[in-house]
Amino acid sequence: MEKRSLIKRIRFLWAGLDPNLSFILLALIVVGNVTFLSASSGTVITWVEQLRNLMIAFIIMWFTSRVPVKWLEKASVWIYSIGLGLLIAVALFGLIKKGARRWLNIGMVIQPSEIMKIAMPMMLSWYFYKREENTKLWDFGVAFLFLLLPTILIARQPDLGTAILVFAAGFYVIILAGLPWKFILPFIGLGVIGILLIVIFGDTICAKGVTWPILKSYQQHRVCTLLDPTTDPLGKGFHTIQSMIAIGSGGLLGKGWLKGTQTHLDFIPEKHTDFIFAVYSEEFGLVGNFVLLILFLLLIQRGLKIAASAPNLYTRLLGGSVTLIFFTYAFVNMAMVSGLLPVVGVPLPFISYGGTALTTLGLGVGILMSIHRHRRLVQT
Amino acid sequence: MSNKIDPAIRLDNFQKRIQIAVWFVIICLSLLFLRFFWLQVIMHKKYSTASESNRIAIITTPAQRGLIIDRNGVVIANNMPSYSLEITPAEINLPPAELIDALDKVIRIPSRDKQQFLRTIQNSKKTENLSIRNFLSDEEVSRFYARRFEFPGVDVQVRYFREYPYQQLGSHLLGYTGKVSIKDKEKLLAELEEDADENTPDDLKAIRIKGIQSVGKIGIEQSYEKYLRGIVGSNQVEITAGGRVVRNLSVTPSIPGSNLTLAVDIKLQYLIEQLYEKRRGAAVVIEVATGDVLSFVSMPTFNPNAFVDGIDSDLWKQLNESPEKPLFNRPLRGTYPPGSTFKPFMALAALEGEFRTASQAISDPGYFQFGNNIFRDDAKNGHGLVNMQSSIALSCDTYYYMLARDMGIDAIAKFMEKVSLGQLTGIDINGEVKGILPSKEWKRNYFKDPIKGKWIDGETISIGIGQGYNSYTILQLAQATAIVANNGKVMKPHLVKVIEDPITHEKILTVPSESRVVDLKPENIKTITDGMIGVNQIGTGQVPFAGVSYLVAGKTGTAQVFSLAGKNYNASQVSEFKRDHALYIGFAPADNPKYAMAIVVENAGFGATAAAPIVRQAFDYLILNKWPGGIPEWKNAH
Repeated sequence: MEKRSLIKRIRFLWAGLDPNLSFILLALIVVGNVTFLSASSGTVITWVEQLRNLMIAFIIMWFTSRVPVKWLEKASVWIYSIGLGLLIAVALFGLIKKGARRWLNIGMVIQPSEIMKIAMPMMLSWYFYKREENTKLWDFGVAFLFLLLPTILIARQPDLGTAILVFAAGFYVIILAGLPWKFILPFIGLGVIGILLIVIFGDTICAKGVTWPILKSYQQHRVCTLLDPTTDPLGKGFHTIQSMIAIGSGGLLGKGWLKGTQTHLDFIPEKHTDFIFAVYSEEFGLVGNFVLLILFLLLIQRGLKIAASAPNLYTRLLGGSVTLIFFTYAFVNMAMVSGLLPVVGVPLPFISYGGTALTTLGLGVGILMSIHRHRRLVQT
Repeated sequence: MSNKIDPAIRLDNFQKRIQIAVWFVIICLSLLFLRFFWLQVIMHKKYSTASESNRIAIITTPAQRGLIIDRNGVVIANNMPSYSLEITPAEINLPPAELIDALDKVIRIPSRDKQQFLRTIQNSKKTENLSIRNFLSDEEVSRFYARRFEFPGVDVQVRYFREYPYQQLGSHLLGYTGKVSIKDKEKLLAELEEDADENTPDDLKAIRIKGIQSVGKIGIEQSYEKYLRGIVGSNQVEITAGGRVVRNLSVTPSIPGSNLTLAVDIKLQYLIEQLYEKRRGAAVVIEVATGDVLSFVSMPTFNPNAFVDGIDSDLWKQLNESPEKPLFNRPLRGTYPPGSTFKPFMALAALEGEFRTASQAISDPGYFQFGNNIFRDDAKNGHGLVNMQSSIALSCDTYYYMLARDMGIDAIAKFMEKVSLGQLTGIDINGEVKGILPSKEWKRNYFKDPIKGKWIDGETISIGIGQGYNSYTILQLAQATAIVANNGKVMKPHLVKVIEDPITHEKILTVPSESRVVDLKPENIKTITDGMIGVNQIGTGQVPFAGVSYLVAGKTGTAQVFSLAGKNYNASQVSEFKRDHALYIGFAPADNPKYAMAIVVENAGFGATAAAPIVRQAFDYLILNKWPGGIPEWKNAH
C-alpha cells in the first residue's frame, strides 16, 4: 500500500515522457558514462561534473516537455530575434579567444551561436506554419534569408562547425516544409561534385602556396590534412591519425573497458569531449560501434515518428528538424573521428562531456517530448 | 505551390519526406559502419601495430666494453665513469636550440656539439636520453646542480668512456675508439646481419646498433671490435603520448664484451719507447716459440684518449700534418730497405739452395765489378779472405754482390717468400702492407711495360746487400728472424693472446698452433746463427753488446734513404729526413732462441750505434730482467 502510493505520488515525474525515447536516451547515457569513466581514467571529479551536467540537462528537458507547444510557437520569433541580436553584438564587441570572436560578456560569458541551434528551426517552423495556407515559392526565399543571416555571422566568427549545424538545422526545416526537388537536387549535386573535386585534385590544391577563396587558411589546412593526414603527423594530422589508430586497433571486439592503450596513454586528444568516440571504439570494437549506430538509428527513427504524428505543421517541422540535428551531430562527429570529415568542433550527442552541448540537447529532447504529449491521438 | 491544398495531402507529403529522411539517415549510418569495418577489420593489423609502436619505447643500456690487459695483467684500456649532461626531449620545456643556449650560460657547450645534438634529436624517440656534453668536471657538475630546477628534462648522468691510462704508450697497437660514424653504422649492420640468428627481429637489430655508443677505429680496438663490444641491452617500457614512462614491460640486460689478454709486455713496450727518446722508427719483439708479439713499437706515438669523444679539429690537423707522422703505424705500414740485415737470409738461402757451402771463401778486393759497373764495399781495401760466417760478422758487401749474381733474382725471391719477407704476416690488426719482394715477375707487373718491366741482371747485385727494390716492414723482418730462430716453424704473429668471456670465463687462444713449417736444415741454421753471434763478438755489433752474459745472434744494417748518385755520404751535410736509417735484427739467447727482434731507427745513421743499443737493453730486460739506468722505473697507473 505504502509503496504504491509513493509511486503514484512521483508519477508526475515521467508522466507525459515518451517511454521509447526515454529508454533509448537512457541507453545512450549509460554508454556515454561507461566510456566517460574510462576516458577520465578514474578521476571521479570530472565524472561528477558530467553527472551534474546530465542532471541540469534532464531538468531542462523535463521543464521543456511540460511547456505547451503553443508557448514554444509564440516564443519562436522572440528567441530568434534575441539570438540574432546577440550574434550582431558578438560581431561588434565579442570576446576573442584563440583567434575567434564567439563569446559575449553579459555579466556571464555566453556563446550566442549555441542558441541559434534551436532558435533557427523554431523560427523557420513558425514562418512556414504562419504561411501554411498560402505558401508561395518566394516564402522559401524568405526562409533562406532567415537562415543565411545568422549562418554567415557565425561562419565569420569564425566557427565553421556551428555554422554548418545551424545551417543544417534550418535547411532540414526548409526541405521538410516542401522545398521542390528541383531546388534540392542541385544542392546535393554541387556538394557531391565539390567533394569529388577536392579528393581528386587534393594534391594540387593542397600544394604549398595555394590559397583558397572564402575559407580561412586553418580551414584549408584541416581539409588538406584530412585528405592526407600523414603530411602533418605531429601537427594538425595528429588528432586524426591517433583517433584512427585507436578505432582501427580496437578491432572486432575492442581492447576491453579501461584497457584502451591509445586512451590511457593520452594518445587520443580531447578524449572527454569531441574525440570520446575514439575511446569507445578502441575499447568496444566494431561490435560496440554497431550497437551505438543502432541506438542512434532508433533515436532518430523515434524522433521522426514523433514528428510525423505531431498536431500541426509547426510541431511537425520543429520535431523533424530537431531529430535530424541529433543525427547530424552524431554523423559529423563519428565521421570526423574516423577520418572521413575534417576536424570541426562537433560533440557526440549525449556522450561527449560539455555543459553547453548537453543543455542544447536537453532542450531539443524536451521539445520532442512536449510535441509527443500533444500528438494527434487519432491517426488520419 | 498552389494556394489551397487539402491538409491531408500536405500531411502525406510531409510523411513522404520523413520517409526519405529515414532512408537518408540509414544510408549515412551504413556509410559510417562501412568505414568502421574498413578500419577495424580490414586495416586492423596496421592500426594494431601502430598502436603498439605508439605505446612501447625501447631504452637501450650500453654494454661494458671488454678490457685490454697486457700479458702480465696490467690493464691498458679500461672504461672510466664520467659525468655527462643529458637531455630527455620528452621532459624539456623549451625548444632544444633555446635550451642549449640557456645551458651554455651554466656549462660551456661548444657549438659543434650543439649542431650535432640538434641533428640527433630529430631522429630520436622522445624518451631517449641524449648526451649534450661529456666529461664534465666536478665544478661544472656542482654549478649545474645549483640551477638544476631551471632545466626540467636535463640531468647529469654517469656514462662510461674508454680510457687509455698510459696515454700514448702503445697507441698504434691499441688503436682507439670513437663515435659511431655513418660508415661504422653500415658496417655494424652488415656484421649483425651475418651474426644474428634468423629469429632476431629487425627492430631488435636496429636497437642493438643504436645502443652502441662508440666503436673501435683502428688497432686492436678495431680488429677485435666484435669481441670487445658486447651486446647492448634493452628495456621495453610503456610510454604516454608525452613520453612519460608508465611501466617496464621487459628488461634484457646488456652483455659485457670479452676481455683481451695481450701477448704484449707493456713494460717492455714502455722501455723501448723510452729508449727511442725523440727519434722515429719501428720495433717488433716476437716470442719465437709462440708468435706472441711482446712489443710493437711505432715512434712517435699519439694520445688515443683524444679520439674517444671525437677529436678536436686543431689537434687532428696537427697530428695529420706533422712531418714526424705520429699517426703512421710504422711497423705495420712503413717499408724500409733492409740493408745489411738482409745478409743472414741471403746466406741461408745460399746454403739451402746449395749455391755456397759454409767454408767456401772469397777474396774481397773491396769492390765488385759487374759489366761496366763497380759495386763498392764499405771497407775500401776489402776484408781479405771471407767465408760465409765472417761475411755476416764483418758485413762484407762483396761476398753478397757475388752471391746475388750467382743465385739470380728469382732464386733469392723464392727463398725470401718462404721466410715471410714481402708477404703479409697475418698479424691481428688491420692495414698491414706487403712491401716489395723484388723478382722478375714483380717488376713485370709493377711497370706494366715489357721494356721497362724487364729485369736487368745488374739490378740483382744490390739486392744481395738489401738495397735496390727491397722494401719490407719491420714486422716482416722480425717475423723472418723469428722463423729462422724457431727452426723454420712459422707462428702467426699476434698482439692478442687470449679472448676471455667475462661471465663464463671461457678462454679462446687466438693462435693455438703453428701455421706452417719452412724446411730448413739445422746445420744451415747453425752456420748463420754462428755468423750472427760473430756480429756481436768480433763484428759490427761488438760495441753495443760488449760484456753481454748470454749469446746474441744479430745483424746490423744501414739503409740508404736517398740516392747519393755516387757521392760520399756525410751525415752532417744531409738534411735530417734524408739521412740513413739504422736497422738491427737479432734473436737471443742464440743457443736456445726465445726472443726475436727487428728495429729501425729512422734517419739515425749506423745500425750498430743507433739501433743495436736498444736491442741490447730489450734483451737484457727480457733475459736478465735488467732495467737500464737513466730510464724512469715503470709504474702501474691507478
